[in-house]
Amino acid sequence: MKNKIAIIVAGSVVGIFSVLLVFFGNPANMGFCIACFIRDIAGGMGLHRAEVVQYVRPEVLGLVLGSFILASKNKEFLSRGGSSPFTRLILSIIVMIGALVFLGCPLRMVLRIAGGDLNAVVGLVGFLSGIYVGILFLNKGFNLKRSYTLTHMEGYLFPFVNLVLFVILLAIPSLLFFSESGPGASKAPIWISLMAGLIVGGLAQKSRLCTVGGARDTILFRDSHLLLGLAMILVFSFLGNLAFGNFNLGFEGQPIAHTDGLWNFLGMSLVGWGSVLLGGCPMRQLILSGEGNTDSVISVIGLLIGAAIAHNFGLASSAAGATLPGQIAVILSIVILLIISWGNSEFLRKAKS
Amino acid sequence: MKTIDTSGMSCPQPVLATKKAMEENPDGVMIMVDNTTSKENVQRFMLKNGYQVTVEKIDEAFVLTAKK
Repeated sequence: MKNKIAIIVAGSVVGIFSVLLVFFGNPANMGFCIACFIRDIAGGMGLHRAEVVQYVRPEVLGLVLGSFILASKNKEFLSRGGSSPFTRLILSIIVMIGALVFLGCPLRMVLRIAGGDLNAVVGLVGFLSGIYVGILFLNKGFNLKRSYTLTHMEGYLFPFVNLVLFVILLAIPSLLFFSESGPGASKAPIWISLMAGLIVGGLAQKSRLCTVGGARDTILFRDSHLLLGLAMILVFSFLGNLAFGNFNLGFEGQPIAHTDGLWNFLGMSLVGWGSVLLGGCPMRQLILSGEGNTDSVISVIGLLIGAAIAHNFGLASSAAGATLPGQIAVILSIVILLIISWGNSEFLRKAKS
Repeated sequence: MKTIDTSGMSCPQPVLATKKAMEENPDGVMIMVDNTTSKENVQRFMLKNGYQVTVEKIDEAFVLTAKK
């Protein structure tokens, strides 16, 4: 079927490109990482001052613009928004905090597994657990109310902002911050990063690729369509890692990772749970933001703010493990997610009254 | 036949609404969606559950009719 081809191609290309981007200079097991890269952009813009993670990643800009180009071409661009925007902002902040405690978004989690990082398998179990909790609330009527069609300008602005940011990166880099060491200094050449983002953005828009949707739809509807895309990412990045000699099985000494099992589990459970409530993983939010969905634009802004908060308050983990403020933030986030989940679940609130 | 309007709903609400409607009305349902992604998802769900599906485009929306 036509749609199966799209998702298979999209997943395969993401897997292959992820390995190639590392070859061209991106950090290990981090050809793509939506959380890390938005965090790097936050640093590049000076929203936080963690010197080792500052760089306006062209991959992210490319994902948004690639999605915008393809959605426009296919007449799927639709400017809409207004579905509980501030709740979405808070949810996205929590998703980013969870990701930075684990040290990766769901896409990087898969790439880390493909690189042999068993800590990411622990993260996967947490991710699935979080998705499961999110589904429990979906079945209790959780929803953030409907969105409404807005002006074309509202939808065009965010892709335009990404374009402007890319032009600044190229033409006036002195305005931005650039890491001189650490992960922020590990980067593929700008045009390779941008092209990879554009191509993947287009493919992800066309195929509706979503790392959360895979497990969610399999559990909810016994529909493994999106899971197929995730499987392709895993298979092709694994094969690519074997080919490039990047595969290293184990817990210890994994690149940009830590072995704190409990916090890898809990961090990714925040990501799974929050992403189910948001209606898509961080990558899907980027793609939707290019399609005119300003609820997803708000989500991306929330990810950006969450990254700034994480690094300004020491919430992000390091190779040494989760920090104490990070652990406290995760526990608080679980409480907030419970409140948001319960408060927006129609059937639960009706039963109470 | 019961018609459900899923306009403006976030993923996966349109399919959830379809599932609920089909449980309440096993003979068939009509689902309105306002975007192509929802159309694909709802159509796939209907087909997977053994229904015959017809899709009608009305202005910018789609109406999917599922019949046993």
